[in-house]
Amino acid sequence: MSMSLGSAVMDRMAAKLQKYNFVKKINWGRAVVAGIPTFWLGLFFFVPFLVVFKISLTEAAIAIPPYSELLEWDLEEAYISIKINLGNYLFLFEDDFYLDAYLSSVKIAVLSTFFTLLVAFPIAYAIAKSDGSTRVLLLALVILPFWTSFLLRVYAWMEFLKKNGIVNEFLLTIGVIDEPLIMLQTDFAVYIGIVYTYLPFMVLPLYSALEKMDGTLLEAAQDLGSKPTQSFFLVTLPLAMPGVIAGCVLVFIPAVGEFVIPALLGGADTLMIGRVLWDEFFLNRDWPMASAVAIVMLVVLVLPIMLIRNSQGKGEAV
Amino acid sequence: MHHKKLGLAAALTLTLTAPMTMAKDTVVNIYNWSDYIDPAILEKFETQTGIKINYDVYDSNEVLEAKLMSGSTGYDVVMPTGSFLERQALAGVYAEIDRSQLKNIGNLDAEMASKVALHDAGNKHNVPYTWGTIGLGYNVDMVKARLGDVPVNSWDLVFDPEIAAKLSDCGVSVLDSPAEVVSVALNYLGLDPNSEKKSDLKKASKLISASRSSFTKFSSSQYISDLANGELCVSMGYNGDVLQSQSRAIEADQGINISYIIPKEGSLVWFDLMAIPADAPHKEAAHKFIDFILQPENAAGVSNYAFYAVPNNKVEPYLLEEVKNDPSIYPTDDIKEKLFTQKAHSVKFDRLLTRAWTNIKTARN
Repeated sequence: MSMSLGSAVMDRMAAKLQKYNFVKKINWGRAVVAGIPTFWLGLFFFVPFLVVFKISLTEAAIAIPPYSELLEWDLEEAYISIKINLGNYLFLFEDDFYLDAYLSSVKIAVLSTFFTLLVAFPIAYAIAKSDGSTRVLLLALVILPFWTSFLLRVYAWMEFLKKNGIVNEFLLTIGVIDEPLIMLQTDFAVYIGIVYTYLPFMVLPLYSALEKMDGTLLEAAQDLGSKPTQSFFLVTLPLAMPGVIAGCVLVFIPAVGEFVIPALLGGADTLMIGRVLWDEFFLNRDWPMASAVAIVMLVVLVLPIMLIRNSQGKGEAV
Repeated sequence: MHHKKLGLAAALTLTLTAPMTMAKDTVVNIYNWSDYIDPAILEKFETQTGIKINYDVYDSNEVLEAKLMSGSTGYDVVMPTGSFLERQALAGVYAEIDRSQLKNIGNLDAEMASKVALHDAGNKHNVPYTWGTIGLGYNVDMVKARLGDVPVNSWDLVFDPEIAAKLSDCGVSVLDSPAEVVSVALNYLGLDPNSEKKSDLKKASKLISASRSSFTKFSSSQYISDLANGELCVSMGYNGDVLQSQSRAIEADQGINISYIIPKEGSLVWFDLMAIPADAPHKEAAHKFIDFILQPENAAGVSNYAFYAVPNNKVEPYLLEEVKNDPSIYPTDDIKEKLFTQKAHSVKFDRLLTRAWTNIKTARN
């Protein structure tokens, strides 16, 4: 894909070069600017994708590496054999267990993306409305958690949420509850974990959309008799939409495949595709099946979202 | 990666000095479970032999296996559990052990070694490092408060739905390890713990599912701290881990009293084994390290530190009193007789097992 994309760019450039010799320099600059990310994506996204795709077409075997060869050849004998195993994909569709796991992951991801949006919007709005130095400080605070390992932060939540943890101790002391609440190892804890972890990914795009908003538009709406809630839904929200979409995509995609958060905070009954993948890989030692699960997730969930996102990006003149 | 580089560097020095001296390794790359050896023993090896140890740790057989199966790890000595080595050896992961390089191999406990041979015929690819059991760790006072003054000596605590239900409010944890828990359940039912019959798996699943609603957790390491701080009253666990939890509870001095038992129905005995990957860059140094661990005073450095038994005939004089006399580390002979080993399963059965396990955990049926 990257190759053909690259050559298409080159062809177009060559055509342009013939027409307008004088823009030669600018076009080379553009090619480099577009080429670096294309190369990057090709090397670190597309090539690994192909490797995983290749493994998904093989069969598990007791060998190093633990799957069958896709291609076998012997040049002297002029012999090439390609052995493609579609069994993994067929099995995925035959067994409703995988469908359940995908659906459950999507449900958890959709809900937690929604909650993240609810929490992030006021934060982003406040930052966008604050001035100069406060704004810098607030933005720094949003990014600050990244300085600590993600794993440590999830462990910290375990301390907060466990039976004799900080939250329960506090609630017991002030007398809101008599018995400690069971929060850890529940879906509730998974939602908290995802919302907390991905909050900055939602706040930052929202902020950048809200920050660009022209304040006089709100004044105009007010002058025309619009109530604050009305002007929020009719003016602010539509203008913030690119940020909302970008933020939701940035939260939703990693949340669907999340493994660490459900493994540490979730209960034994939290079914998510990330854990199914782990089981396939480590318990069944079935790398091909694990690869097929990953490929299907990518094709069914992530690709459509990225395509939507891309088509929107083009509409807005990047 | 890191190790690969080291290996290359070492190989380079080797070729340069080869004509002068015999090939002599100057480093050895060891990949062991976390907290599994007294660091002083490693230092002693370095000063005695002049071989530098690069020491890395893992916390699950699965992680070790994934690395080994991708090939060329650069490690010289690894410590897989028996059933894992069994399958990995079939894939050709390990080099054969050259017993002529092991002066102290005679110290090995023959009875234990013969059990290990069930995993690795003739023990061609391994020298046993430690062994241990799966049993029940429990909070003595919390269990007494709920069950009364009855002896705690049976798997009933977790497998009898009525008893498990009484304990549920104070926390019951089961190992998140399908093969091990199912084999313990099969043994409890009087069936072959290594059975691959579908009907037997069904019976075991039914047994575990019956108490599922009383299990508050499936965990293979979290129970160590949870038992120690009173978040659990019963946990299926590995003996050394439960003892670690016990000593943490004593240190914390919060009046939490943890005990470990091997239930009377019998349980699983496992072995962690020293093995040399087929592509290990420093096989000679690897043998030296294994031989060093076979010396009783060094083997004791493992047992006294990690609270696991070592299969060494001459280790006794070097063991701490509290380790030597603890039946949860070195069980009595009549308990030893009831211990069984869990063999590696076929790929097909592993799949059935994992699915059954997910269904148990998520209460899908």
